[in-house]
Formats: sequence, C-alpha cells, structure tokens
Amino acid sequence: MASIRFEKAQRWYPGADAPAVPGIDLEIRDGEFMVLVGPSGCGKSTTLRMLAGLEAVNEGKIFIGDRDITALPPKDRDIAMVFQNYALYPHMSVEDNMAFALKIAKVPAQQRKQRVREAAEMLGLTEYLQRKPKALSGGQRQRVAMGRAIVRSPQVFCMDEPLSNLDAKMRVQTRTDIAKLQSDLGTTTVYVTHDQVEAMTMGDRVAVMNVGELQQVDTPLRLYDHPDNLFVAGFIGSPQMNLMKAVAVDGKAKIGDYLVPVDPASQRKMSGKVTVGVRPEAWRLTSDGGEGLPITVTLVEDLGADSFIYGTSEVEGTPSTVIVRVSERGRIHKGDVIHVTTDPRNVHVFDTNSGERLSD
Amino acid sequence: MLVKALIALVTVAAGIGAALLLYYILNLIAERLPGGWEDRIKPYLLILPAFLAIVVYLIYPTVLTFINSFKDNFSRNWVGFANYRSLFESSSFVKGTLFNTLLWILIVPAVCVILGLLVATLADRLSPQGEKTAKTIIFLPMAVALVGSAVIWHFIYDSEPAGSTQIGLLNGIRSIFHQGPVAWLNTSTFHLNSVLLMVILIWGQVGFSMVLLSAAVKGVPTDTLEAARMDGASERQIFARVVIPQIRGTIITVFVTVTIGVLKVFDVVYVTTDGNFNTDVLGNQFWTQISTFFNYGAASAIVVIMMAALIPIMWYQVRHFRAEEAA
Repeated sequence: MASIRFEKAQRWYPGADAPAVPGIDLEIRDGEFMVLVGPSGCGKSTTLRMLAGLEAVNEGKIFIGDRDITALPPKDRDIAMVFQNYALYPHMSVEDNMAFALKIAKVPAQQRKQRVREAAEMLGLTEYLQRKPKALSGGQRQRVAMGRAIVRSPQVFCMDEPLSNLDAKMRVQTRTDIAKLQSDLGTTTVYVTHDQVEAMTMGDRVAVMNVGELQQVDTPLRLYDHPDNLFVAGFIGSPQMNLMKAVAVDGKAKIGDYLVPVDPASQRKMSGKVTVGVRPEAWRLTSDGGEGLPITVTLVEDLGADSFIYGTSEVEGTPSTVIVRVSERGRIHKGDVIHVTTDPRNVHVFDTNSGERLSD
Repeated sequence: MLVKALIALVTVAAGIGAALLLYYILNLIAERLPGGWEDRIKPYLLILPAFLAIVVYLIYPTVLTFINSFKDNFSRNWVGFANYRSLFESSSFVKGTLFNTLLWILIVPAVCVILGLLVATLADRLSPQGEKTAKTIIFLPMAVALVGSAVIWHFIYDSEPAGSTQIGLLNGIRSIFHQGPVAWLNTSTFHLNSVLLMVILIWGQVGFSMVLLSAAVKGVPTDTLEAARMDGASERQIFARVVIPQIRGTIITVFVTVTIGVLKVFDVVYVTTDGNFNTDVLGNQFWTQISTFFNYGAASAIVVIMMAALIPIMWYQVRHFRAEEAA
C-alpha cells in the first residue's frame, strides 16, 4: 500500500513573510500518477520536496500508506526522486549511478548487477552502462535519472520537472515513455511540472496549485470541462480559454449588446459582475446575419488540421485577443469581421470577485 | 626617502616605456617583411623578449647551478660527484636535513588539505555572516609574510630560564599551572620542534587551502547531494562518496601547490632555530652552505636535489591539469 496523504502540511521558509505552502490537504491513491501543476512559485516543488523529505514540514502531517513520515529523514521514506537537472553523480559511470542506492543499502553485488541490468534494458541504456554522465546526451541522462529511481523499486516516485531540460521533440517522446513506464510499474508517482500539456497528457489526476493553495484536484478532462474557478479555467487549455467580463441582468449575461447563452444554474446564481469563459473550439461562426459577438480578425494560424483565429472585439469587457478555433481553412482572412456565438453547455460562468464557478 | 620613491617611479615608467618601444619596433620590423612572412614571423618576434628574459633569468642560472654542483666550493675546478657524495655520506644531512624535509612533505600538505577541507565544510554550515567572519580570521595569516609568522610564533614558543617570567604563550600557560618551562624548540624528541615549526607554515597556508576548497565545495551541485540523500546515504557517506570525488581536482591542486611550497621552506626554520636542534631542512641547509661554509658547490648540489624532487610533482600536476582540461 503506497497511497499518500497530506494533512494540512505546511512549509514556511525561515525568514519568509508568508508560508510557501500554508497547508495542503491532498490524497493520492495507490499506483496513481498525480501531477502537481501551476505557475512558478506556486508551491508545487515545495510540496513535492516535503514529501521527499528534502524540506522540513513545519506543521501538519504526511502519510505514506499508514506510516507517518512527517519527521522521517529522506532515506527512511522509501521514495526515489528524479531531479530537474538529473543530479547524476558526475564521477560515476552510468552503472554506478544506478547502483549507488543499492550499494548504500548493502544489496549483494550479484543482485545489484542484475537489477541495474534490468533497468538499463527497460530504458535502452545497456550500451552506455560504462559511460560517465557527461558523455551522454540530455535524453540519455534523463533516462539514467529514471533508471536510478527504478532500480530501487521504491514505494513512491517523485519527479520534479524531469523534462524541462529536454528539447521539444525529446520532451514529447519522453513524456509518453515515462507515462507508460509508470503504468507498467504501477508505482505511485507524484510529478511536478509547470507545463499544463504535460499535466493533461500524463496525469491520472492533476492537482492545480496557485500561491501555495490547491485550486482543483481532478482528472485532466474534468479540469478541462469543469474548471472550479477562474484560475484553473485560465491555466488549463492551450490556447487559453476566452475569459470575458459580463454583467448579469435578469438571469442573462451581457457583454455589450451580446447576450451570452448560459445554463439554468448560472441563470439562478449569477448577479452583478460575472466572468464568462468560452474555449476557442466552443465558438460557432454565425451566418452573415450579424448575430453574436463581432470580432475583427488580426491573425490566422493555419495548423493544418484546424486553424486558430485571433481577433479583437470592440465590445467592452472582452479580452484584448479573442481566440476562435475553426475546422475549415482558407475561408477567413486577416481584416475580416466575423460573428461568433456558442451554446449554454459550453459556457463557464464565474463570479468575477470570488472567482468561483457558478455554472453546473 | 622622497628621492628614492622618485627614482623608483622613474624606473617603473622607463621600464614600461622601453618595453612598449621594444614591442613597437618589433612590430614595425615584422610589418616590413614581405607577404606571408609577416604572419609567420610575427608571433615569434613578439615572444622573443619574454623568451630571452626567461633564458637569462631562469634557464641560464639553472644550467649554471647544475654545472656548479659538479665544481668545488668556489666553482673553479671540476670535482665530479664529490659534492653529492659528501652530502649523502654525511649522516647529519641524510638523517637530519633530508629526513626532516621528508617529514615536512609528508605532514604539512596533508594537514593543510584536511584542515582546509574541514574548515570549508564546517563554515558552509554557518550563517552567511558567521561564515564570512570565520573565513576571514582563518585567511588572515596568509597576509603575514612567513618571516613575520615565524617571528610571531617564535614568541609563542619562547622559553625563559626557570624562575623568570615566561613571555612565551605556551610556557606562560604552563606557569599558570605551576609547571616549569619547556624549551620547545630545543626538544627534538619525536621531532617535536620540527612539528612545532610545521605548525607555523600550516597556520599560514591553511587559509589558501580553505579558500580554494571552500569554492570547490560550494561548486558541488546541491541536487547531487539531495539525490544522495534520497538514495539513502548518510551525511558521512555523502561527503566521502559524492563531495570528495567531485572536488578531487581542487584537492590535488592544493596538495601539489602546498608541497612545492614546503619543499622550498626556508624562512620559518631560519628565523626560529636556524636548523639547530635537528630541525634543518633543505632550504636552510642551502643557505648555511653559502653563508657559513662559503661552499657554492654543495649549495648548488642541494638545489639540484630540490629540483629533482620537484620535477615529478610538477610533471604530475601538469598531466593532471591537462586531463582536467580535456575532460
């Protein structure tokens, strides 16, 4: 059993005015791939390092299974970590890097060799075992760092932005490699990243953090379809969700003259200032009749499969750029004025002041 | 005084001016060479003055010393290996001077590295202000000339006749406990006095060792330490198996540099005991041969022995340096 439970775990750096993580409550299931995602400084790395034992927990508790590990030193937690810069021992060969933890644990040489060989095979590192880290490419080093974690067969993997030093192509490939490896091994994994695409593609569940607080913990699609607040709505999805300022009048959300269709729950709950979110692909072009939100096209990005239209709307409350995804190409050009609208089930309504979700 | 300062100033100015003029003329000559020759000859022309200076001030004296080591005390007649033979046949040279020098080489560099490493590691755990203060204090002796250090420590080791006031720190402390004075620097049992003299050099050198090693320790990536911690290593294992191997290059550099300094040690011994009471070392013996015995042949032979001892160390350092460069 290697579920993980944070109970109001707090980290307050000595001398700081406020805690980096005021108190996090999070449950991670056995075998789950949990991604912590958020902008830099949101406390995701601190949270991970508290779990690893590299940061002291000032208040609250952390459990692995039934074990309270809050005060245990890292070596007694049975956790392996993959670092952003890989943290390979530069003076050791790949083999020695992977075997180091086993050597410390006094695993017999025969067994040690066996486990390193297995991990190396799994990661395609067999022919590099005698090399030093500096003679390896970035991708290979990353895999050695993974291998070093795997050979220990720990209860938990901690990964701190392990892909951020790879080039774009390598990152996409390694992303799937890691996700597959994790599901094969079934080891509970906590993975920190600032890249929401990584979070969406890799995580069984994703915990979105901002300024030290959990914003929402959900499956990737649920985060996408049902963001709990404005922060999550703006953070998850690329390109970003269009967030527009509207005024609630008699159960209707108005942006200038455009009446945004909203669902019954929002109709009931909203009042005063609300923020209306529509994903780029949720817009529908209206026929030339002039219904909907008028947008002057400033840029068309043809990606082949689909196109993103970037435009401005003179209507008060709209963001500086409105993004619309369309599936056909070549029909809309820079300078055109288009009208877009959407359906109630695609509209996310938030209270502007509290940022809370109002729609169902 | 003012006149002397003026003369010094003029000399420096004239020296720099002359050097500039020399290079200017050499450059002019190079530019007058036809076509491709300019580029081919110019580098050699420009290094010529430095090369000549090295020949005149370094290579020529070295060769001369080597030659003189095979001549008599006034460098007149060839005597073959007689100087070396008499040195190595003298038990006071072999069992005294040579053995003491060996002791210095065995002890001082190792202690400097270990202490420097200890201070560097411990200071790293202090508050930034505490670290700065501690390092400054330990580095301070570096600013004192070795002659000065020797004089200071000579006072610390001073011994007055029993019954009179002890001005030496060590004997002063003993007198507090009503213990009679010990003539520290006369006591060669277990080479105590030599060790006490080594303390002086260590006191002066440990700052150098600490500064280099401290920079190296700080240069060890923190995440490798954290990785080792995650891998289950204890702090001691981390130090021995992760930190030390990563600063190995600096340790060797410090070790070699201190060793070279130790091999040449002279002032500490000269100021304190002048090699008496079985504290003699090569550097001091060299000077004794010149100043007391007027024996330039024997003095040259000692220098050649020192050089011979230095060559393997230098060779190792250069080789190590190249390996680091290539890595």
